[in-house]
Amino acid sequence: MNGRTKPRLTNDLRVDLGLIAEMIPPGSRVLDVGCGDGELLEYLARVKNVDGRGIELSQKGVNQCVARGLSAVQGDADDDLKDYPSGAFDFAILSQTLQATWDPKGVLSNLVRIGRHAIVSFPNFGYWRVRIDLLLNGRMPRTRQLPDAWYNTPNIHLCTFTDFSALCREINVAIEEGLALDIEGGRKAFPASGWRANILGAQGVFKLQKRS
Amino acid sequence: MDAKNLRLASGSALNLVGVRVGGAASSLRADELPGHRAVLGEKTPLQLDCGVDIGPFTVAYQTYGQLNADKSNAILVFHALTGDQFCAEHHPITGKSGWWSDIVGPQKIIDTNRWFIICANVLGGCMGTTGPSDIDPRTNKPFGLSFPVITIADMVRAQVMLLDHLGIEKLFCVIGGSMGAMQALQFAQAYPNRTFATIAIAGAARHSAQNIAFHEVGRQAIQSDPEWHNGNYLEFGTRPTRGLAVARMVAHITYLSETALHRKFGRALQNRNTITYGFDADFQVESYLRHQGITFVDRFDPNSYLYITRAMDYFDLAAEHGGTLATAFRDTPVRFCIVSFTSDWLFPTPESRSVVHALNAAAANVSFAEIPTDKGHDAFLLDEPEFHAVLSGFLEGSHTRREQSKGQRA
Repeated sequence: MNGRTKPRLTNDLRVDLGLIAEMIPPGSRVLDVGCGDGELLEYLARVKNVDGRGIELSQKGVNQCVARGLSAVQGDADDDLKDYPSGAFDFAILSQTLQATWDPKGVLSNLVRIGRHAIVSFPNFGYWRVRIDLLLNGRMPRTRQLPDAWYNTPNIHLCTFTDFSALCREINVAIEEGLALDIEGGRKAFPASGWRANILGAQGVFKLQKRS
Repeated sequence: MDAKNLRLASGSALNLVGVRVGGAASSLRADELPGHRAVLGEKTPLQLDCGVDIGPFTVAYQTYGQLNADKSNAILVFHALTGDQFCAEHHPITGKSGWWSDIVGPQKIIDTNRWFIICANVLGGCMGTTGPSDIDPRTNKPFGLSFPVITIADMVRAQVMLLDHLGIEKLFCVIGGSMGAMQALQFAQAYPNRTFATIAIAGAARHSAQNIAFHEVGRQAIQSDPEWHNGNYLEFGTRPTRGLAVARMVAHITYLSETALHRKFGRALQNRNTITYGFDADFQVESYLRHQGITFVDRFDPNSYLYITRAMDYFDLAAEHGGTLATAFRDTPVRFCIVSFTSDWLFPTPESRSVVHALNAAAANVSFAEIPTDKGHDAFLLDEPEFHAVLSGFLEGSHTRREQSKGQRA
């Protein structure tokens, strides 16, 4: 696993998106699942000459993407990934969305099928502040990555780094690279492996590949 | 059915909003209309899907803007069922603005200072392109129903022949709404190397049962008009204008939405304070529909209406490819933009979405925007800022991408 600690980030890109962008070589074919208003795709197209496509749940986001010249369709990770042929992309990206899907296992399997690599980022439910909220306060955890209350959160399938690694093993997916980010917007990034990362990492970015 | 039952309101004295129905045929004959004409298929005729070869035949078309030196800035605009080639200028018959004047023009979304726009009247049409009202050289009489049945694919073939005639090998974009979207999809499927991008607005890859049903009502209205004379009305010196007007009235309802009709008219009465206990056009919505019907007959040929509606009915892009739309687009290099409107019940969003799913399965580069509006199918002709932003963004993004790929090849 790559041991970078101070990734070079651009000023105008969300930190985890910057880390994702770093993992993608120029000229790649990229599918961004949950692309929002196209922030990452726009950056990848502009800086890395990436041939990008987006899927986004909100039609407003999709229309914003198309209006800024990006290719995007309305859809969601649970239902629409099955349409895409295997190996259609170099990278399939799912940022901050896995925990909100109905079937994370199916979604992950589809991501590594559609892309030669997948990149997934998600909030770590093993993060120490999360543990403390539950352990000491007896409340459902709320952090910068998980700002919603239990009754209105879209996050129905939260997991820890360790849970995620176990699922990857189970479905025969290799973690090629894993980076953990601290709570301060990810100014520190460190390998997302081991029990320390599972406590200190507020969110993680993982590069995956299906084991042949 | 008694033909009189299909007559508009109270017979020949009908006079609504200043327009009299059943008058003379349009003041301009199709061959007198302004604009370009190309005579095509002289050496090699066009082979129609129905098995008939036609050629030579005429295509009437308009262009806007300048074709650049390497002929790389051409955009082909496809018109809808009752549209025509006058998309961005005052219409020579109605005097109204072109049907896409909001979109096509200097510094508009399809900027004529930058792009060279071609818009051709479809095969089977009545605005100068060869159609059923033209003279059959074999008989020296109008074709009428002896004109061969046309398909969407035939319309597209004729326009590809026009591109050959103009020496344009590859378009930047093809674009169309409604039946124009069908042509755009057909073009992209059949000629994937002749356009960089394709925009299909408020369309479908096949005509639905409901839409075929509405078209059949329209055709029956025309054919039930005693002035139709089995399609030979030109020889009889008549026109089935009442039937055509009814066809237009029915169709026009499908272009709107309940919300739009309600907002525009509600139950408001037309030039009166109370209902009349009769069958005059008491309601504004009736008067409006009659007006739509009456003005339509001045610019459209009834037999053309039969042929073009039939072409739409027969359209089923997947059927020719084993019933799987994705197969039709396998490995397509074309960049697609599919647009639908939330209140369009003629070509509802699921029709567009099924095209998008097929394109995804074909690993095509596709964008899909559903535009929130209550204006129904006709929204593609109207001022819809979000729709226009999507079109601009897609065109700009496609242009950037094409320039990048040119750079990579160089």
